[in-house]
Amino acid sequence: MIPEIGQFALILAALLMMVQGTLPLMGAAKGISAWMVLSRRTAQGAFFFMALAMGCLIYSFIVNDFSVLNVASNSNTKLPLVYRIAASWGSHEGSIMIWVFMLGLWSCAVSIFSKHLPEEMVARVLGVMGLVGTGLLLFLLLTSNPFERIFPVPAEGRDLNPLLQDPGMVLHPPMLYMGYVGFSVAFAFAVSALLGGRLDATWARWSRPWTTLAWCFLTLGILIGSWWAYYELGWGGWWFWDPVENASLMPWLVGTALMHSLAVTEKRGTFKVWTVLLAICTFSLSLLGTFLVRSGVLTSVHAFATDPRRGMFILVLLGLVIGGSLLLFAFRAPKVGTGGTFKIVSRESALLANNLLLTVACGTVLLGTLYPLFLDALKLGKISVGPPYFEAVFVPLMVPTVFLMGVGAVARWKEAALPDLWARLRWALAVTLIVAIALPFILGRTSPMSVALLALGFALALWIITSAATGFLDRIKYVEGSFAAKLARQPRSYWGMFAAHLGVAVFIIGVTVVKGFEAERDVRMTPGDSVSVGGYSFRFEGTTDREGPNYMASRGTFELSKDDKAIRKLYPEKRKYFQFGMPMTEAAIDSGVFGDRYVSMGEPINDGKQSWSIRVYHKPFVTWIWAGCILMTLGGLLALSDRRYRVNMRRDVGLEKA
Amino acid sequence: MSAGQETLQKTAVTPAGGLKPRHKRLLWIIFGLVFIAAIVALILNAFGSSITYFYSPTEVVQDKVPHGRAFRIGGMVEGGSLVRDANGLTVHFRVTDTAKAVPVVYTGILPDLFSENKGVVAQGKLDEHGVFQATQVLAKHDENYVAPEAAAAMDAAHKARVAETVKE
Amino acid sequence: MKKKLLLMIPLLVFFVLAGFFIVGLNRNPREIPSPLIGKAAPAFALPDLNAPEKIVEIKDFKGQVWLLNVWASWCVSCREEHPLLVEFAKTHDVTIVGLNYKDKAADGKAWLRQFGNPYVVSVMDADGRVGIDYGVYGVPETFLIDRQGVIQYKQIGAITDQALSEIILPKIKELKR
Repeated sequence: MIPEIGQFALILAALLMMVQGTLPLMGAAKGISAWMVLSRRTAQGAFFFMALAMGCLIYSFIVNDFSVLNVASNSNTKLPLVYRIAASWGSHEGSIMIWVFMLGLWSCAVSIFSKHLPEEMVARVLGVMGLVGTGLLLFLLLTSNPFERIFPVPAEGRDLNPLLQDPGMVLHPPMLYMGYVGFSVAFAFAVSALLGGRLDATWARWSRPWTTLAWCFLTLGILIGSWWAYYELGWGGWWFWDPVENASLMPWLVGTALMHSLAVTEKRGTFKVWTVLLAICTFSLSLLGTFLVRSGVLTSVHAFATDPRRGMFILVLLGLVIGGSLLLFAFRAPKVGTGGTFKIVSRESALLANNLLLTVACGTVLLGTLYPLFLDALKLGKISVGPPYFEAVFVPLMVPTVFLMGVGAVARWKEAALPDLWARLRWALAVTLIVAIALPFILGRTSPMSVALLALGFALALWIITSAATGFLDRIKYVEGSFAAKLARQPRSYWGMFAAHLGVAVFIIGVTVVKGFEAERDVRMTPGDSVSVGGYSFRFEGTTDREGPNYMASRGTFELSKDDKAIRKLYPEKRKYFQFGMPMTEAAIDSGVFGDRYVSMGEPINDGKQSWSIRVYHKPFVTWIWAGCILMTLGGLLALSDRRYRVNMRRDVGLEKA
Repeated sequence: MSAGQETLQKTAVTPAGGLKPRHKRLLWIIFGLVFIAAIVALILNAFGSSITYFYSPTEVVQDKVPHGRAFRIGGMVEGGSLVRDANGLTVHFRVTDTAKAVPVVYTGILPDLFSENKGVVAQGKLDEHGVFQATQVLAKHDENYVAPEAAAAMDAAHKARVAETVKE
Repeated sequence: MKKKLLLMIPLLVFFVLAGFFIVGLNRNPREIPSPLIGKAAPAFALPDLNAPEKIVEIKDFKGQVWLLNVWASWCVSCREEHPLLVEFAKTHDVTIVGLNYKDKAADGKAWLRQFGNPYVVSVMDADGRVGIDYGVYGVPETFLIDRQGVIQYKQIGAITDQALSEIILPKIKELKR
């Protein structure tokens, strides 16, 4: 019964989204306000039914209703409750479902927090979101129904892929999708600006908080995914340049460009065409990220493409959304007009250059990800593009980006004088260069290659910190009052930028130190053996068998010590899941501010001495990578809470009434 | 693109630094071309050194593979071929596309899903004895999953074998 | 005019990408004709699921038009197609042979008891070797084999009502003529 209610709710949501995607848009075109006002109510109604459907699906998973194919294929009675809930978005059907649910959530949020917007704008924004939602709901209902029943009802389900049975995987997809889908708001704003021909500073101010919020979710989603890969895959890496990861990085890069471009559009009224294009691209890449990964074109021909109709449907959908909006862009972009002028040396051009660099970086990632597919499609052979490609292209592009990031945050709008910039930044530059070159030697590195790479990494991080500090001192120089008062006078959006940029610096430090100083050993260990890595010693004490809710595990015991002083015990596991018969490595990690000690178990070795192949790592500063991402997210949230957005909201309302 | 155009027009309207608009525009175009050239060079350079081609065991046996350069092979781990060295970390196995098989040596920890009669993709070089020295062994995350490359190798082997029987 | 052209660039880039995706999607496993079609079915000699001491060979079916259905108790889609097969076996005079793929004998037998047995015989391919010979991508898959032992059709994934009535049945009728 419950699955039928869910099914019915999905259909109702689709109908409401259809109305939301048509009448308000037509109303806005023809100036019929009765049609326009429909947008808010339909968006809220559609969200209500989506939430109901989502609830029904989760309920079916909780009560183990194996008459639903989706439940039978992805869950079983032995699966712990939290993973049964997570399993509801673990499958193809479930992931599309949660995607549409989030689209409903975002449009509902727009409908609530848009009281100060002109009716026409709201109608267009929600209308565009409704159209996107309609397409996806049709896809869900016609090709991937999450509530499909099977008969006869199996007594037991198949289980969720063990890799996904992890707290990280419970959070990762929803966060990532919140980010992906959140960019639909920026997209809808851009398309409505093209439709209405109105694009000004107020427009930018409206779309900014939405974009920033989506970016925060995406950053967090990528962070959780990377962290998950780090401790769950047992290879100690935090980024593999895997097509699935690249699919989430691309919208992040363009989304970052969009955020900055929007700032210029709001402050200086320029970059309008560029901003609109970025908004379209960001959402397009989000769609591409979700669906090409899901349809299996990018990863494996067998992973999800069980139904060619799905692939075709997705492609047509992508074609309509992306192709349609780009077509609109090609014809309507000249209407939105250009903005104020600026000189070559100015904050605008630093931001523009960075925008270009980020976009190009995204383009190279796209190329590397899709190139094997292209060659395969043209029957020119099968190849794979590995991490060396991405590193060789990405790093050189990020060097000027980070350099300009420092300059841009300090340079004046419109026109900055080079001598003035030099005078302000020379100390920052000097400190950066001296410390960055000295640091690798202090840390005991002498080989030229290793010193050069470390120095480059440190220089980039230090440059961000010193230039941000310079900018900060400049800012408070002319503010009256005590130091505390000076700090308090700075707007939150400034602190947001400050925190996010520092986050990038922290991230770079983490990457640099891990790359430069990580140590790894693969060894055979018999109980009683010790192995030392990075100054730490791991002593293998043996294994015991342990039974989990839906798996059997061999659990190793290791004693971690430094300078003959025991620190703690570590318990890595090798699990075998009943339903899948699939072995899984659970690494044990001793995590700290200055790095991680990491043990994972390979296989037992049949030598009669209970030996195992063991992999141990020392990963200095690896936590800084994620700390940097968290700082970036916090920065975004801080900027979001700036009073400017709230004050202007009130003022806009006042203006409309007057 | 469009923004570049924007700035282009603007700088044309407001000449600065004593340059004529025409010269300024030329400067921008040169700058743009240099930028594009640099990116293309970067990409080509990276592609040249990091693309790995994929071959099937049959192609390896027929010596259609590059020497002294890393490539990937894929197929199934032949049943009963997995042997572990006394030190416990070096493994020997044979990768087959059901037609031909190639001996592979790998030192290190094998992925969770590596096992006999399962799909596998290995990256490495072929040594002078015709043994594939793997630096990386990949097996994917799903029980039913066959790496597309491995599947393709086996498909090709089928085709070849069928063609052979026809010839006979 | 020049500006108009510049603004078209994103659209053009997208079209190129979309073109590749269409080609990429069409290289779907279902769309790839199996290299085995029109070729002799690979030979096998495997133990009978219900009587493991008995070895069943492909030549036992020579002279018949028959279906080889790859199934497993752990496969969810098999549950979907199974009732169709049971019904089909009851109502049509066709030999259906089961290839119990990478399964445990006890699980397989229990499964047949629970859901019905449409097969004249099921053979055990416990290690999946025969599955490899047949180029099995995933379970279920079904092969239609003619009197000469040549594979005439391959269904990847669960058999549907439509596939059964529109493709498989007409082919069987034609082959039986």
